[in-house]
Amino acid sequence: MPVAARGSEKEWQRRETPVQLAIWLGWLVLVAIFVICWQLISEKTVWMFVWDAHEQAGDLGSRMVPPDWDYMSRLWWPIWDTINIATLGTLLAIILAVPIAFCAARNTTPSAAFVRPVALFIIVASRSINSLIWALMLVTIVGPGVFAGIIAIGLRSIGFCAKLLYEAIEEIDENQVEAVTATGASRAQVITYGIWPQVLPAFAGISVFRWDINIRESTVLGLVGAGGIGLQLNASIMSLAWTQVSLILLVIIFTVIVSEWVSAKVRHAII
Amino acid sequence: MSDVAITPRRWKKPPFIKRAWLRWTLALGAALYLAVAFGTTDVNWTRVWDGLPRGQQFIAAFFPPDFVSRWDEIVDGIYESLWMTVTSTVVGIAISIPVGLGAARNLAPAPVYYFCRGILAVSRSFQEIILAIFFVKLFGFGPFAGFVTLAFATIGFYGKLLAEDIEDMDPSQAEAVRATGAGWFQWLNYGVQPQVMPRMIGLGLYRLDINFRESAVVGIVGGGGIGATLNTAFDRYEFDSAAAILLIIIGIVMAVEYTSGFVRRWVQ
Repeated sequence: MPVAARGSEKEWQRRETPVQLAIWLGWLVLVAIFVICWQLISEKTVWMFVWDAHEQAGDLGSRMVPPDWDYMSRLWWPIWDTINIATLGTLLAIILAVPIAFCAARNTTPSAAFVRPVALFIIVASRSINSLIWALMLVTIVGPGVFAGIIAIGLRSIGFCAKLLYEAIEEIDENQVEAVTATGASRAQVITYGIWPQVLPAFAGISVFRWDINIRESTVLGLVGAGGIGLQLNASIMSLAWTQVSLILLVIIFTVIVSEWVSAKVRHAII
Repeated sequence: MSDVAITPRRWKKPPFIKRAWLRWTLALGAALYLAVAFGTTDVNWTRVWDGLPRGQQFIAAFFPPDFVSRWDEIVDGIYESLWMTVTSTVVGIAISIPVGLGAARNLAPAPVYYFCRGILAVSRSFQEIILAIFFVKLFGFGPFAGFVTLAFATIGFYGKLLAEDIEDMDPSQAEAVRATGAGWFQWLNYGVQPQVMPRMIGLGLYRLDINFRESAVVGIVGGGGIGATLNTAFDRYEFDSAAAILLIIIGIVMAVEYTSGFVRRWVQ
């Protein structure tokens, strides 16, 4: 303990009393909300199924080892598809995200009253709807396959890329913009020479970061028919071929770790 | 004054990547990859073309959103999602604090470090849906499976960011606290925690937001919440109800984002 009191006299206290009380109150409210929510979930749960989960897990585990290594020969193609979905989807997203980000940033938007709210709504809508839901809708429109996956990943990523990019645009150094404007540059020239070079490193970082997330997301799109390794995963789960499932899970872990490593290296090189 | 000849040289924008060979290799590689990728993804263009009018009908079926006829189910689903979101965020963060401390290189000895990093890697590798499939199998249908899924995913996200934040902290402050003769927990509480706390509160709110969005999809594979309602709406071809659900999700996400922005400004 730090020396807080000498005799009965208080010498040091971390916070003032009202602040301390407010923090306590905050914790109390948090705990109360948590307990109420927990109560409500517990009412809807069949606890019998939860208690025998360890048996289920043991059973499933014993069926999953050893992984069916021979199945690997049929996984190369889905892996390639998965990587393509992620990469092309990210590409589509960044192409669409750039204009939206410029419309959404407070300092570059053509009109703060009309264009900015629309751009912000596009960003939120794209971010709130999961890529799986996008895929669910797109599969019914453009048919099952890789194409639906690419579009789904693209639509989902617009919001993420545009949000981070417009925040980067809002944080730029205005002096440089002013300097370029003072030379008599047009609006497009100001953006190309005054703003774009400042946000380029952030932009490249965001793209690579999103690509890494998209690799992970594209592994499940197959569950609703949008191509990639998820198709194989779904088929193996449906036919209860658990040794194939465990191999697919290992492949997914490996792919994700490699992509994370690549993205960390690239971001490190840029920044 | 002087008759020094000014060479007429136009200014050129400096390239983003300075090393020329690297720039060209990357460009060439990217072009090659795109060619191969486009060559090997077989897109059934006739199917896409056929689908467009169908897509139009599909989108038309979304309007006007029907909030009324399935209102009770929607409210139930939203409440269930909110409970799942709150409990999974709280439990996930509570578990990720020790894991995150263990995964910080400047805090933990090597065996603990690798063990905790392993937990984080596994938790982060799998998409919530894959986790949900397995947890639904283990714990049965319903919100409990969804809760476990989201809590597990939260550990990977929050633990990793916490560990990175601790690794980036200012060591001199921590050393100053240690120099006063503080014990390990005191050192953690007075030297490390104040440095990472503001950012971690912000990230906690961000994760709350993510968990709510994810709770909309774990329902598709049986994890309860608004996702189950949404899936049912799609299965019954009640696209107007589905549109209502999607709009409600967007509205709640916007509200959470706005509030969390406010709280973050207040904390920092």
